[in-house]
Amino acid sequence: MPHRFRHLLAIEPLTREQITFLLDQAKPFQEFQRYPLKKLATLRGKTVALAFFENSTRTRISFSTAASRLGADQMNLQAESSSLKKGESLSDTVRTLEAMKPDAIVIRHSSSGAAEFVSTRVDVPVVNAGDGTHEHPTQALLDALTIRDRAGALDNCNITIIGDILHSRVARSNIHLLSKFGARITLCGPAMWLPRELDSLAPGIRRLPRLEEALEGADVIMALRIQQERLHEPSLSADEYILRYQLTPARVRLANPSAIVLHPGPMIRGLEIDPAVADSLQSCILEQVTNGLAIRMAILFELIAGSAEPQEQSKESPHAAH
Amino acid sequence: MLLIKNGRVLDPASKTDARLDVLIDKGRVTKLAAGISAADAIVLDAANCIVAPGFIDLHCHLREPGGEISETIESGAQSAARGGFTAICPMPNTQPVNDNASVTRSIMERAAAVSPVRVWPIGAASKESKGEQLADIAAMQQAGAVAISDDGKPVATARLLRQVMDYCGPLGLPVIDHCEDSSLAAGGVMREGPRSIRLGLKGMPAAAESICAGRDIEIAALTGGRLHIAHLSTRGSLEHVRAAKRRSLAVTCEVTPHHFTLIDEDVQYDSRFKMNPPLASRDDRDALLEGLSDGTVDAIATDHAPHHPASKDVEFDRAPFGITGFETAIALALGELVHTNRISLMRMVELFTAGPARVLGLQGKTERNLAEGSAADITIFSIDRAWTYRAVESPSRSRNTPFDGRDFRGGPVATIVAGKIAWRS
Amino acid sequence: MRIIEKRQLMSADEIRRTLERLAHEIVEKSGGAKDLALIGVRRRGIPLAERLAKSIRTSSKAEIPVGTLDITLYRDDLSTVAPQPVVQSSEISFPVDDRDLLLVDDVLYTGRTVRAAMNGLFDLGRPRRIRLCVLIDRGHRELPVEASFIGRAVETTDAEIIEVRLNEIDHEERVMVMDRVD
Repeated sequence: MPHRFRHLLAIEPLTREQITFLLDQAKPFQEFQRYPLKKLATLRGKTVALAFFENSTRTRISFSTAASRLGADQMNLQAESSSLKKGESLSDTVRTLEAMKPDAIVIRHSSSGAAEFVSTRVDVPVVNAGDGTHEHPTQALLDALTIRDRAGALDNCNITIIGDILHSRVARSNIHLLSKFGARITLCGPAMWLPRELDSLAPGIRRLPRLEEALEGADVIMALRIQQERLHEPSLSADEYILRYQLTPARVRLANPSAIVLHPGPMIRGLEIDPAVADSLQSCILEQVTNGLAIRMAILFELIAGSAEPQEQSKESPHAAH
Repeated sequence: MLLIKNGRVLDPASKTDARLDVLIDKGRVTKLAAGISAADAIVLDAANCIVAPGFIDLHCHLREPGGEISETIESGAQSAARGGFTAICPMPNTQPVNDNASVTRSIMERAAAVSPVRVWPIGAASKESKGEQLADIAAMQQAGAVAISDDGKPVATARLLRQVMDYCGPLGLPVIDHCEDSSLAAGGVMREGPRSIRLGLKGMPAAAESICAGRDIEIAALTGGRLHIAHLSTRGSLEHVRAAKRRSLAVTCEVTPHHFTLIDEDVQYDSRFKMNPPLASRDDRDALLEGLSDGTVDAIATDHAPHHPASKDVEFDRAPFGITGFETAIALALGELVHTNRISLMRMVELFTAGPARVLGLQGKTERNLAEGSAADITIFSIDRAWTYRAVESPSRSRNTPFDGRDFRGGPVATIVAGKIAWRS
Repeated sequence: MRIIEKRQLMSADEIRRTLERLAHEIVEKSGGAKDLALIGVRRRGIPLAERLAKSIRTSSKAEIPVGTLDITLYRDDLSTVAPQPVVQSSEISFPVDDRDLLLVDDVLYTGRTVRAAMNGLFDLGRPRRIRLCVLIDRGHRELPVEASFIGRAVETTDAEIIEVRLNEIDHEERVMVMDRVD
């Protein structure tokens, strides 16, 4: 049953059915990554504006490649060179972008709510590539696709998320998504990054400061990246973090034998994750990257193809035979 | 001569609640009785309306000098008149800061020239409100300042607050503090709680306010000075004030209409919901409603904080704090407090009149009462007239209000200052 | 605007016999079915391709692989995909290089679907040859596309719609000509 999407701003308002639809739509694009010729003409003549007000290499390249493989052109806006540094407001920056008539805007910004802000001010589909500490919907979707492919289903899985949950948009989007499928979510990290209010995000969330306890029974282990600047606010040394929270092979053994390990990247080997774990068979980190491409192709296709004006009495309309 | 007929007069000072006519001449109330007739008077028919002493707003921002793009003394005062206020107290965080007599005088002179309502400036506590040196407090008082505050920020240290309160005591000036512990609140853009977590916005815990309120009250006890807590928004702060009153300390407090109407769960990615102190939790709001009812809260003040539209049209965390408030204050008080039977109409009038007057030390002066011989500052309002507030119709230069388009039952009808009609609907 | 049935073109029986005839023709004109593979164009091309493969298997014992192709991503006009784009997987589990491919679809009309299908196939490799088999050819070509194997050729007007119903998808089996009526 098809769904209509004008924007992709957040996971929170989506239904389980809508999410399942998006994951299913990504499957043909996963296949596509294996073709010898990875170039479609589907979005030829369409333009995707990549408005990255916050530094990001991986997500930007992923969206950029997704757009290219669909045959679309790109407009690139990057933080360092953006007029935002010269004092232009976000409002004006996106209106300027809109005047160049992109068919979709992908935005990453350091302010929570920025994607929604943009979507109310321009008449173009908007994809949230990460807004402040609020949400990172495509990350959660690619994580879900990875979990579904490896574990068979999203329903009722036990997931443990480790790290700076308070400041993580990846954590929030994943919590919203997986809770819609009845997942049992355990959050783990230093107490100051695990405030009580996180409990209100979804029913049945557990907050455990001890990693060993948090990993028991886990089917999915998600290690978040540690933002180095936060280690000092208030002081928590890297060694302390490694001692208490690094995902080591011994700790991973406390989880279910078939548990998988995810990381949104970029990871700091030897900090939040032991290299042996990152490179193990249980690690899905590289699949996450491939799935990210598939998800983003599916999203761009849905939003741009879905916003094209339907022709009247098209000979090729779904009802007519061809 | 002005004759207000057929209204219901409510005066908390004399506990009057009666159908009386009011005759005004040469800026004073000359007669207060039933069935007055006066041949040469302009008649204002106040049938179905309340006739009250002129409302006072203890806390607002007029932005002039320096911030005229957002508001001027003239535009702000016109908005205040439309809101039923006859006297307003602008805070000193202008550019330059109102920390000396010449700035105070220039505000007074400008107001005298263009303002339809009385303007009683609040002077800064420290030079440039930097929290280091004392401002020219006595000189500002002589120029017209009625209270002292470093609003926008808290008085920086306990030590400075002590010096200020010691100094203001003999001058009879109340010290108004914006209570906020900067180390806890720093970087926050809304109340810390489930909503801030969900929205991914940095929160300011309620304790940031109550810790500072507690500190201030101890300094008030130490110095014996008069302390007024601005825009109180938490249960914790209210309990400190309640305890202080039981100790018979000269501590008073005010609450804004948006704090007794909205809560943190109402916040969206819309800077019209961003102000400091931020919208509080449901429990805090319940506490404020209790305090408004049981007398712990002395006044309702708007903290009218205009910001020109472009400055607010930015991402939530980059937007300046503050919303406008003159024109919706009475309607919100009626809707949230009176129509819900939380407080009586008389108590509501008290919160806008006798309460603020007491904070400013005007209670001895019968000037502010609605009685024969007093100054003719009068607020006339309806308790049931249906109307819709539209920000675009406001004389204010700013539109930053979450109440745009809201339907109300009851609101201001006419505002009389020194015997002249400052505004009528 | 409503769609009403004008007349029936083929009954279930006629469909069955036509497919059997087509299967024979395909084997005859494919030089022994070496490297032959059928590609069913989603949606109704798929059951047709599967039936043809089965028929060929029964009559000449040759095992012809069948793949499926979804052309949503290859259409030349996005507006024909809107308002609710749904893309599904193509499944071609054999290599396409040097293959003798036979595209199978229910109706051949403007030829744009076939063009999109060919684009899809070329993304997968370089087939030796691509031919087309359709149940109905209704004319009105807008591109230079021809079918090598045709079940039935029909003259139609632009206002008419050919509706093919197959058991695997529609739980009934027939071909009708429909009319658009105001």
